[in-house]
Amino acid sequence: MKPPPFEYFAPDSVDEALGAIQRGGPDAKFLAGGQSLVPAMNFRIAQPTLLVDLNRIRDLDFIRSADDGLRFGAMTRQHSLETDPQVAKQAPLLAEAVPFIAHPQIRNRGTFGGSLVHADPASELPVVALALQARMRLAAGGGERWISAEDFFQGMFTTALAPDEMLVEIALPPWPADAGGAFVEFSRRSGDYALMGVAAVLRVDGDRACTEARLVFLNAGDGPVAAPEAAAMLVGRPVDEMSAGDAADHAAEKEIDPMGNLHATPAFQRHLARVLVRRAILTAAARASDRHGSNGRRDD
Amino acid sequence: MTDNRKSISVTVNGKAYASIVEPRLLLSDYLRHELGLTGTHVGCEHGVCGACTVQLDGQPVRSCLIFAVQADGAEIRTVEGIAPGPEALHPLQEAFWTTHALQCGFCTPGILMTLLPWLEEHPDPTADEVRHALSGNLCRCTGYQHIVEAVLAAADRMRAGATATR
Repeated sequence: MKPPPFEYFAPDSVDEALGAIQRGGPDAKFLAGGQSLVPAMNFRIAQPTLLVDLNRIRDLDFIRSADDGLRFGAMTRQHSLETDPQVAKQAPLLAEAVPFIAHPQIRNRGTFGGSLVHADPASELPVVALALQARMRLAAGGGERWISAEDFFQGMFTTALAPDEMLVEIALPPWPADAGGAFVEFSRRSGDYALMGVAAVLRVDGDRACTEARLVFLNAGDGPVAAPEAAAMLVGRPVDEMSAGDAADHAAEKEIDPMGNLHATPAFQRHLARVLVRRAILTAAARASDRHGSNGRRDD
Repeated sequence: MTDNRKSISVTVNGKAYASIVEPRLLLSDYLRHELGLTGTHVGCEHGVCGACTVQLDGQPVRSCLIFAVQADGAEIRTVEGIAPGPEALHPLQEAFWTTHALQCGFCTPGILMTLLPWLEEHPDPTADEVRHALSGNLCRCTGYQHIVEAVLAAADRMRAGATATR
């Protein structure tokens, strides 16, 4: 199908875009990469009256390394996240997750910010943002504010953004020297929406005992779903089959709420969650230990 | 209805075009209906099948998920622009022909436009890598076996310096 008629404006600056969205009223929308919005418009699920296209705002497309971590413009393409050497080094979890997003043709257009704002519970970037404790900078006509990923995601396709606000920048904190991450998911075919997926971030000491953990699932509820209780069960214990299994059981049984779909019952999704998070915990811990080894701080 | 049409200038396969378009016109429909370049095929119109893949400023993208108005100022390459002349085929097209990598041919333009830049970055791919590169393009008739063979054969010839055949 084809989208219904709409007005179109492609400004060069954030200020112009914010002004346009305010004048456009409740049915005006920002257009980022368009890889979710345009299909929804083609299906006439979404019928915005005005599209404010952000693709010509150069200031929104950057990856910068700062003292306090990595900074990304909201219009940074997913393909750039996948190929940027700073991301590979300073946010390896992000680099690992991006190739799971759809197909290369989609990642050439799809953006970091667009995916976060869309807040699809099945998408990868909200999960990574929560697992890496990202902060987002939101701009509006009246000023701007920073918000944590935890406060940003508020449910199914729902975020803390006000109607006239724009996500302009994403900040990731520095990647600690004793941290390891892993992103795993299961889908029926390469590039499909995953039936289940999980990001694990662990910090370990020289004896491979966990000092800090974060586990976040996709397609396991109405947004990116964190499992703080399972993560807390890991802290203070050596990360091995036993502790990873205990945490996996708890997360899969108590902390996620998968809805099921055409291809998987909720019970099967819980099974996948248990298997995948166990794998992610062990992989993340092994990677963290390797970094201890390569830093020369390991005794054995 | 108010006239919300916009003027755009695009370069398609090296040729400049100026048009006035409705914002809702998809790039795929612009190429086919306004420019008559019907080599770009339209399958699902929601970004899943890959048939409409074209190159926008050198990168493969779904032309059904971009509005023509967004392409203002861009360089676009479609399947009509890959052969060096009317009597010649690109080595990748030639390989599809000789290995029977197409039956109905509906998916072929999207596959060619996806793989041409990919082969420049991956001149010596394995069959497994080719399958991954193809994962965003659906073929519903010949199956993928011959398509993978064609890509491997084309990569061999392109590494040997082939640019076109008559």
